[in-house]
Amino acid sequence: MRAWLWHQIDAFATTLARFARTPVVALLNFGVIGIALAMPVGLYVALDNLQGMTRTLASDPQLSVFLALDAGRADVDGIATRLRRHPGVRESRYVSRDAALKELKKSTGLADVVDSLPANPLPDAFIVAPRNAAPDALEALRDEVSRWPKVTHVQLDAAWARRLDAGLRVARLTVWILATLFAFALVAVTFNTIRLQILTRREEIEVSKLIGATDAFIRRPFLYFGALQGLAGGLAAWGIIWVGIYLLNGGLAELSRLYATPIELRHLGPADSASLLAFSAALGWFGSWLSVNQHLAHIEPR
Amino acid sequence: MISFSQVSKRYPGGLEALRGVTLTIERSEMVFITGASGAGKSTVLKLMAAIERPTSGSVLVNNQNIGRLRPGAVPFLRRNFGLIFQDQKLLFDRTAFDNVMLPLAITGFERREAARRVRAALDKVGLLAKEKFNPVRLSGGEQQRLAIARAIVHRPAVLLADEPTGNLDAAYALELGELFRSFNQVGVTVVIATHDESLAARLKPRRIALKEGKVAA
Repeated sequence: MRAWLWHQIDAFATTLARFARTPVVALLNFGVIGIALAMPVGLYVALDNLQGMTRTLASDPQLSVFLALDAGRADVDGIATRLRRHPGVRESRYVSRDAALKELKKSTGLADVVDSLPANPLPDAFIVAPRNAAPDALEALRDEVSRWPKVTHVQLDAAWARRLDAGLRVARLTVWILATLFAFALVAVTFNTIRLQILTRREEIEVSKLIGATDAFIRRPFLYFGALQGLAGGLAAWGIIWVGIYLLNGGLAELSRLYATPIELRHLGPADSASLLAFSAALGWFGSWLSVNQHLAHIEPR
Repeated sequence: MISFSQVSKRYPGGLEALRGVTLTIERSEMVFITGASGAGKSTVLKLMAAIERPTSGSVLVNNQNIGRLRPGAVPFLRRNFGLIFQDQKLLFDRTAFDNVMLPLAITGFERREAARRVRAALDKVGLLAKEKFNPVRLSGGEQQRLAIARAIVHRPAVLLADEPTGNLDAAYALELGELFRSFNQVGVTVVIATHDESLAARLKPRRIALKEGKVAA
């Protein structure tokens, strides 16, 4: 157990020393792996952000029920009761015309325009969350409610979000295809780095075998090297993404000020960051494992 | 401890290095394997350390049959040996100290104890003052002594040396001979393949003479 621990520590130290001996090569390798990983991860982050903006709409379709402008208190109460009792309605929320106007003023920055209106042009409305989100059920509910008295229009909010969601699904597929390709590239880069290392360390490997080194002992520093190189590449990718988002947010701040709407890209979350690093380290380990298995068997002392 | 029974070795390409060799080496013996170049001396050593496997016959080391050894067991067999080569096989990317450290790193020795043993081995061969030197900066004789330090640092039961004095002048050769004698005196089995007659005359070991792959009478 103790010997095993010393072996791990030794292999780790050996690996760090090997990086230190060829710092430029090491940094270039980290950069190549980082850029390769940053592409699919960057696209993933972009999608994640888009999805964050649409998720509530897409997964949670709503009906907006607009009443006639001349609808009175009694009409509103009647419709509220009907909605509450309707089996297809999970939840409904009343938005009075005054509240709607206030909301409009606050969220769009059109306060001046709104204030200049002689009267409130907005109707009373209900936001309805259906019990069943299937398209057929939604349309049936819309048709039924729009026939109620004093209801002028029922708007189904989910349609465009659904279209966007379908688009996002295609984009997600693209992320996976890219990720697979670049994962392959990472394995290939590691495979080659390790192959070169094995060739330049041929003598050391031969002597070690003569002295009684097990294959595991000889393999260990190479596996560490692959895993650490992958991890460093993952860190580089993380850094590239972080800087990218930081720069974009700088540009978006200006845009969001002009539109009076907060627009900000989210950074990679802790769980996603951890899986990026774990994934890149694992791929590096795998690439060097392939390489070591391929090349070590050919080195036997004579 | 080591016994060959009717051992033949044919290399790929048809070279028949050994033909029906039978020999036994007891624990704590000092044995010279002599003969002209190509008589099969190196092959005998390589078979002992499982660097080669016999084509026929059996090689037993500590009652383990080399011909039937699993690949995974080979490293552990080799740890019984200290190997010394004519070309030393030192590593020139590290210091003398780290060269000698290698066998202990392989067995996973605790570091402080390992460093103590490395210094003891370097002291034994008279290179303690040069532990930080790269082997390139050592003379031929010093390089050979460094190789010996590496071979003994893990306190092997058997020392196998292939032409250890091959490249050295007579004075260095005698120095090495004394080193081998001192290891043998503390119970290490020493097997040396050589055609150096002056070394043999001085150490007076048991001799096994090989001629064209056979034990000469």
